[in-house]
Amino acid sequence: MSAVRPVAVLLVVIGSATFIGAQTSEPPPIKIGFMVPLSGGNAQNGRDILNGFMMYLDEIGYRAGGRRIDLIVEDDEAIPAVGLTKARKLIERDEVHVMAGALLSSTGYALAPYITSMKIPMVYPVVSADDLTQRRRSDWIVRTGWSGSQPNHAFGEYAYRTLGIRSVVTIALDYAFGWESVGGFERTFVAGGGRIQQKLWVPLSVHDFAPYLAQIPRDVDAVYALLLGRSALQFMRQYQEFGLKGRVKLIGGGTTTDEHVLPFMGDEALGTITALHYSAALDTPANKTFAETYRTRYKKVPSYYSESMYTGGKWLIAAINAIDGRVEDRQSLIDALKRVKPDGLPRGPVTLDEYGNPVENVYIRRVDRVNGQLQNTVIDTFPNVSQFWKYAPADYLREPLYAR
Amino acid sequence: MAGRNVSRPWRLPLVILLASFLLVGPPFLSAYWVGLLTQVVILGILAMSLDLLIGYTGLPSLGHAGFFGVAAYGVGVLSTTYHAGLWTSVAGGFAIGTGLAALFGLIVSHVRDVYFLMITMALGMVLWGLSFRWIPVTGGDNGISGIPRLETLLGLPASGPIPYYYVALAVFVLCSALMTMLVKSPFGLTLQGIREHEPRMRSLGFNTWLHGYVSYVCAGAFASIAGIMWAYYNGFVSPTYLDLTASSELFLMVTLGGPATLVGPVIGAGAIVILKNVISAYTARWLLILGIVYIVTILWAPQGLWNLGRERRS
Repeated sequence: MSAVRPVAVLLVVIGSATFIGAQTSEPPPIKIGFMVPLSGGNAQNGRDILNGFMMYLDEIGYRAGGRRIDLIVEDDEAIPAVGLTKARKLIERDEVHVMAGALLSSTGYALAPYITSMKIPMVYPVVSADDLTQRRRSDWIVRTGWSGSQPNHAFGEYAYRTLGIRSVVTIALDYAFGWESVGGFERTFVAGGGRIQQKLWVPLSVHDFAPYLAQIPRDVDAVYALLLGRSALQFMRQYQEFGLKGRVKLIGGGTTTDEHVLPFMGDEALGTITALHYSAALDTPANKTFAETYRTRYKKVPSYYSESMYTGGKWLIAAINAIDGRVEDRQSLIDALKRVKPDGLPRGPVTLDEYGNPVENVYIRRVDRVNGQLQNTVIDTFPNVSQFWKYAPADYLREPLYAR
Repeated sequence: MAGRNVSRPWRLPLVILLASFLLVGPPFLSAYWVGLLTQVVILGILAMSLDLLIGYTGLPSLGHAGFFGVAAYGVGVLSTTYHAGLWTSVAGGFAIGTGLAALFGLIVSHVRDVYFLMITMALGMVLWGLSFRWIPVTGGDNGISGIPRLETLLGLPASGPIPYYYVALAVFVLCSALMTMLVKSPFGLTLQGIREHEPRMRSLGFNTWLHGYVSYVCAGAFASIAGIMWAYYNGFVSPTYLDLTASSELFLMVTLGGPATLVGPVIGAGAIVILKNVISAYTARWLLILGIVYIVTILWAPQGLWNLGRERRS
C-alpha cells in the first residue's frame, strides 16, 4: 500500500501545476514525445542522443513559437515491440504533438506504420536504415540523420581515387546497417575499378576477432571495418596484435572511430580513415561552440549521436517557429519540417531532399592525436551528398536494397 | 494441489474481481491502458501455456518464446510476402508453431530438469538465430512490418483499441477454459504425477515420455495462438519476440505469479507488463525497481504471488 502515497503526491503536484497553469493566460505547452534506449547495451548511445536534445532545449529555455515545451522521455529498451508500446503511450496517453527519437533500424521500421496511421509528425535523428527514406518511406517521418550507405558512396570513390586503394577486404557487423554501409562502399569503389577481395561478416555478439583477422590476406591494399561500441574497441586492439596495423591500411565506416568509442582507444587507432557526416573535431565556429559547450556540460566529447539530436532538435524547433507554435495543425507541422533550413548546425549545411532524407556534407576523417587526445581530424569534405549519390533517384530506387 | 482453495479464501473473490474488470473495465479506460490490457491478456495466454510445462509437468523451458515468435513470423510472412487472407495466415501461423513444437518435442521430451532447461534454451537460440539470419524470409534484424490490422480483416470498426481488445479477451477466455480442462483431466493429473515422482508413474504403467511430449506440444500450440495475436496486435514481427530475454521474461511471469495455478502466470504477466510501463514512465532506474520487486517476491512469496500462504513443498 506504500505505493499509494507517491501516487497521491504526484496527483497533488499535477493538480497544482494545472491550477497554476490555469492562473496565467499562457497557451498550453507543446508536448514532444522522445524515445531512445536508456537501458541495456545501447543505453550509452541513447543517453548521448538525449543529452544533445536537452542541451539545445536548454539553450532556447524550453520555449518555441511563444509556447512552453514539455519534453516527455521514454526508454524503448532497443526492443521494437517496447518502442511501439512507448510510442502508443506517448501519443495516446500523453497526447504529444510531435515525436522524435529511436536509435535502431528495427525500431524505426516497427514504428513507421503506426506513426503513419496516427498522422503524428516524427523526427528520426539517428535511424539510418536506407529504405526508410527510399522504398518504404512515410509521409509523416523526416530523417535529420543519415542513411547508412550515404557517406559510404562518397568514401568508396575517395578510397579508389584519392587513397589509391585497389583491393579491399571488408569486415562488418552482420545486420542491415553493416550490409548497407558495405553495400554503399562497394558500389562506388567497384564502379571506379576497385576490387572487394572478400567480405567478412561478424555477429553483433562478437567477442574475438581472431578467426576473422586470420582470414585477411596480407597483400590486400586495405581493410574496411564497420563496427560499433565494444566491437570497435576489441577490433582495434586485435588488429594491432595480429600485426596488421602498419602493413594493411585500415579504413572504415564512421561509427568504427566515432567519439562514443574513440576516447577509449589507444595508439592502435591512429591513422584509421573513416567517413561520416560529422566529426567532433570539425573546424567550424558552429561545431566548436557546440563541442565545447557539450564537453563542459557532460564532461565528455560529443559523439555523432550527441550531435544528431542537437541538430534534430534545432530542426524541430525551427519548424515549430515557422508555424508560430500552432503544432495542433499536424499537416502544417510536417510540411514545415520538410521545408525549414536551420543554419548554424554543428555538422554544416543540411537540406532535406523530397524523400525526407538530408543532403549534407560527408567528411573524410583520420584518427590523430592532438594535445594528447585522439580525434577524427577532417582531411577532406564531399559537400552536399545525397542519399542517391550521383545516381538518378528513379534508377536508384529500381535496384534492390543493399544486402549481404 | 491446484484445487485446494480452502486455506486461501481470498482467491475466488479476487478472480471474480479481476475477471469482471477485464470484461467491463476497458470502455472506461484510456486507449493507452486498453493497449496495455491487450498485452496482458495475450501474454497471459503465453504465460499459461508455459505454466503447463513448468507448473504442471515440471519441465522448465527456457525456449518457450520460440513457438510464440515462430507463429508470429508465420503470420507476418504469410500476410505480407504472400498476401494471404486472415484465416490462411492464422492457420499457417498455428500450424508452423505447433508443428515445430511437435518436432522439438521429439528432441527434448526424454530429458528432465536442468538438461531440459539447457536443450530448450539452445533450441530457442537456434530459432532466434534463424529469424535473425534467414533474411530473405524474415527480414533479419529489421523484422517484418506492415501486417494488416485484424479489425479490418474481420470487418470490425478499426476506431481505437477496444475492438481488438475484446477479440483478444475472447481468445484468452477460450484458451484458459481449454487449459483448465486440460489440467483437470486425467491427463493433466498424470502430468502432475510425473512432476511429483516420475519413476513411480512409470512403474504404474504410464508412458511418461508420451505424456511429457503431448504436454510440450499442447504448450507450443497455445504459445502459437498467443504469437498470432501478438503479431496482429503490433503489426510487425522482429527477432526480439523469440530471443532469450523474451523467454526468460516469460519464465519470470510464471514464477512470479505462481506456477501450477494458471491464474498465477496471468497475474505475473499483468504485474510485469504494468509495472514495467508505469515505472519506466517516471524513472530511468525502473530496472532497479523491477529487480527489487522480484527479490521481495522471492523472499516473501517464494512459490509466486498466487501461492501466497502455501507451505513450502518439501
